[in-house]
Amino acid sequence: MSNISLQTKRILKNRAFLALCLLSTSATILILALLIVSIILQGSHFLFNSDALSAVFAHGELSQIPKIFRWDFLTNFASRFPEKAGIYAAIIGSVWVCVICALLALPLGIGTAIYLEEFAPKNRWTALIDFNIRNLAGVPSIVYGILGLTAFTRMFGLFGSDKNSALAFGPDDAWWHIQFPFGQGLLAGGLTLMLVVLPIVIISSREALRAVPSSLRQASLAIGATPWQTASKITLPAAIPSILTGAILAMSRAMGEAAPLLVLGIPVFIANTPDNLNDNFTVLPFQIFNWAGRPQESFHQLAASAIVVLLVVLICFNGVAVYLRQKLRKPMA
Amino acid sequence: MPETRPTLGQPASATLPTSSPVSEQVTLRVKDFNAWYGAFHALHNITMDIPSQRVTSLIGPSGCGKSTFLRWINRMNDLVPNARAEGVMQLDQDDVLDRNFDVVELRRRVGMVFQKPNPFPKSIYENIAFGPRLHKRFHRSDLDALVEQSLRAAAIWDEVKDRLHNSALGLSGGQQQRLCIARAIAVGPEVLLMDEPCSALDPRSTASVEALIRELRQTFTIVVVTHNMQQAARVSDLTAFFFEGKLIEAGATDGMFTNPKNKQTEDYVTGRFG
Repeated sequence: MSNISLQTKRILKNRAFLALCLLSTSATILILALLIVSIILQGSHFLFNSDALSAVFAHGELSQIPKIFRWDFLTNFASRFPEKAGIYAAIIGSVWVCVICALLALPLGIGTAIYLEEFAPKNRWTALIDFNIRNLAGVPSIVYGILGLTAFTRMFGLFGSDKNSALAFGPDDAWWHIQFPFGQGLLAGGLTLMLVVLPIVIISSREALRAVPSSLRQASLAIGATPWQTASKITLPAAIPSILTGAILAMSRAMGEAAPLLVLGIPVFIANTPDNLNDNFTVLPFQIFNWAGRPQESFHQLAASAIVVLLVVLICFNGVAVYLRQKLRKPMA
Repeated sequence: MPETRPTLGQPASATLPTSSPVSEQVTLRVKDFNAWYGAFHALHNITMDIPSQRVTSLIGPSGCGKSTFLRWINRMNDLVPNARAEGVMQLDQDDVLDRNFDVVELRRRVGMVFQKPNPFPKSIYENIAFGPRLHKRFHRSDLDALVEQSLRAAAIWDEVKDRLHNSALGLSGGQQQRLCIARAIAVGPEVLLMDEPCSALDPRSTASVEALIRELRQTFTIVVVTHNMQQAARVSDLTAFFFEGKLIEAGATDGMFTNPKNKQTEDYVTGRFG
C-alpha cells in the first residue's frame, strides 16, 4: 500500500470520528430541546394569558406585558377545578423544606468533610467510612424515604403514633409548636431530604478541600498555627467557593426530589401554608406527580406548567452555582 | 513577641568574612540523632552543633537525608504518619523531640521557608499579619508596625509598600519567596529553616534571596538545604555534607570547599558525583 492511500485513510477516519461526535452531541441537544418545547407547549395554557399575548405581539399594546403570565397559577392553592388550580402551597412547601434541609445538611456535611479531609487519620476506619459515603451517594432516594418514614415520621414508635403524639411542646396554634414523632410535617420532609443530599454535600466539600494545595497547609503549620487554625483560616476560606457551588447543586437535587416524600406519605391536597414545623406540606415535584397521575387532560397540562416553573427554579440554582464558580474562585497558589 | 527580639533591618555587610569563626554560642545541639520512615533508616547517628547567628548549609545528593534532618528541627515530620526519630536534638535547653513539647511554640521559634514560594491567597499585609495574630492580640498600629518591620527585614518593603492590600499572588516568584521569609520572621523566631529556597527561582531572584539570607544572619540562626554548591559557598558560614543518611563532614564552608578532609566530600563538591 502506498503512503498516499494510508494518509487518505487516516484523514477519512478522522473525519468519520468527528462526524460521529457531532452526531451524538446534536442528538442530545435535540432530545433536550424537544422535551423543553413540548412541555412549554403543553403547559402554556396555564402559564400564559392568550389574550394578553396576542395584544402585546399582534397589536403592540405594551401595557399588557405584565398580564402575559397567569400569575394566579403561582398564587392559587391546588383545586379540583383545573382553571382554579395553582402551585402556591407547593412553592411554599418546597422553599421551607429546602431551607430546613440546607440548615441541617450543610453544617453537618461540611463539618464531616473538614474532619475527614483535614483531621482524620488515614487508616482502615476512615477508608471504610469513605467507601460507605461514596456508596450512600449512589443509593436511590426512595430508599432514604423508608429510612425517613421510620426515623422521622414514626420515630420507631417511641412517642406514640404520628396521629396521636405522646410528646409535644407548645400550644397547637403556636408557630413554635413541635411534636414527636414528626409525622408528615415539614421537619420530617426536611430531615429526609437531608439524608438524600448529605453524602453529596460531603463528597463535593471534600473534593473542594482536597483541591487546596497542601503547601498552604504546610506554610500555616510552619508558622505555628494549630491544625484547627489552619483548617478554619487557610484551607476552608480557600475552598469556600467550590463548597458553595457543591452545596447549591445539592440543594437543587433536594428541590427536585419527590420519591422520598412519597414514601413519607405527605398529603395530596394542601389548602393552607404551614403554621409550624409539624404542619403538613407538599412540594413542587410531588404536586407534579399527582397531577400527572390524573386521567383528565387539563391536569396533565397543569403538571406541565408546574414542570416549567420547577425547571426555571432549578436553572436559576445552577446558574448561581456556575456564577459562583467563575466569580469567586481565585487562584490558590 | 519576645522582648529580647533583636532589631531588624540593619544594613548588611557587603561581603562575607573570608574565614568564618565558629561562634561560641550553639542554638541547636544534635547528638546521636537517628530518623526513620517506617522501616527505612533515613538518618544515622547525626552529631553536630548549629551555631547561633550563622548560616549553616546542608548539602548532599538527593535522598541523602538533608531535608529530613531539616524537617525534624521544627517537627514538620510529625505530618508524615510513620516518621520517627531518636537521639538528642536540643533547641537552646529544650528537647525538640519530646512528645510533650508544644510544636506550636516550637514552630514559632523555628520558622521555615519552603522550596516553592507558598504565600497564602490573601493580601500581602494579611500574609505577614497571619502568624503574629495566631499567637497574640495586637493593636492595629502595633500590627502595622510589625508588618512593616518584617517586610523591611526581608528587603521587600520598598517593592510592596504601596500595595500592601493587593493579593500576594500578584508578586513575582522572588518577591513571593522574600514575602514568605518576611512571614516567617514576623512571629519572631530564633532559627530560620530554608528548604532549597531558591530552586524555583530565576538567577536574579536567587541573587536577591541570597543577599537577604546573608543579611538575616546577623539576627537569626539559619539552616539552608541546597543542591547548589555555589550557593552554599556564597551564603553559608558552615557546611555539612550528608551522604546516604550519614553526616560525612561538617565545618567552616571555606575549608570544606577548598580543603575537604574526606574523599567523598571532595568528590561531591568538585562535581565528580551527585
